[in-house]
Amino acid sequence: MSTEVMEACKKEQENQKLQVSQKPEAEQTRAGKVFVPRADIYETQEQLLILADMPGVVEDGVDITLEQNILTIYGRVEEPKLEGYTLAYSEYGVGDFRRVFALSNEIDRDGIQATLKNGVLKLALPKSKRAMPKKIAVSVE
Amino acid sequence: MLLPRLIGNDFFGSLKDMQRVQEQLNRLFYEEGKSAEFPPVNVWTSPDGAIVRTEIPGIDPEKIDITIVNETLTIRGSRLEESTKDCHSCHRKERGFGQFVRSLQLPFLVDSDKVKASFKDGVLEIELPRAEADKPRRISVVSE
Repeated sequence: MSTEVMEACKKEQENQKLQVSQKPEAEQTRAGKVFVPRADIYETQEQLLILADMPGVVEDGVDITLEQNILTIYGRVEEPKLEGYTLAYSEYGVGDFRRVFALSNEIDRDGIQATLKNGVLKLALPKSKRAMPKKIAVSVE
Repeated sequence: MLLPRLIGNDFFGSLKDMQRVQEQLNRLFYEEGKSAEFPPVNVWTSPDGAIVRTEIPGIDPEKIDITIVNETLTIRGSRLEESTKDCHSCHRKERGFGQFVRSLQLPFLVDSDKVKASFKDGVLEIELPRAEADKPRRISVVSE
């Protein structure tokens, strides 16, 4: 990875959590803020890998839907309740996470795997057989 | 030839003006309570102590180092980069990685023996009880 990309990543880190715009394309039925999780997207020969930072999301609070080519990830975050304490200083907002990805057609829908560890969602999207590079052997006559 | 005439001699002066305007605009849109420090913290307080919460997703809990000296809490750690050896392309890279240190000055002395820290789903929670000696004491007035 080039140093420029690294610098860009560092700068990005300094930025605040990005909130989903006030007028989302779909109205939400849950009160509270919704943030866009920061994500990395890698591609290997066999699959597409998406990593998303979703701190505070528990395993059964994740919703992953794939409709046509639109992949939506949604993570519910429960606001912490601390009895007898009052919020004195706040640098980050607490809210759900939501992000939409547009996929190409070459994903094997049935093979999608999702894991959540330490607040990072890892999505493995295997490429369909059709899209994988094929090696053609040349036969000698 | 034409360029200096268009910009004039005060090229750097106008740059400064632009900078000033930008600073003013930044101040206008500055939201209170936001900071560029990593990791961002939320602090809850009560008469008996404080709870510090911070979002550090994707870090091994064993690699977080928390120290308390007098009234200062320091959180240290590092987030490793995901190994991408067999990846032939990286389409998007928004998640940062590397080492971080964050220090917080608390408004009271901490009983460092009773500090508890837990890490769950990428959120670190540190419970900081106030030292007994530091707690406010009510003094009753005896009428004679």
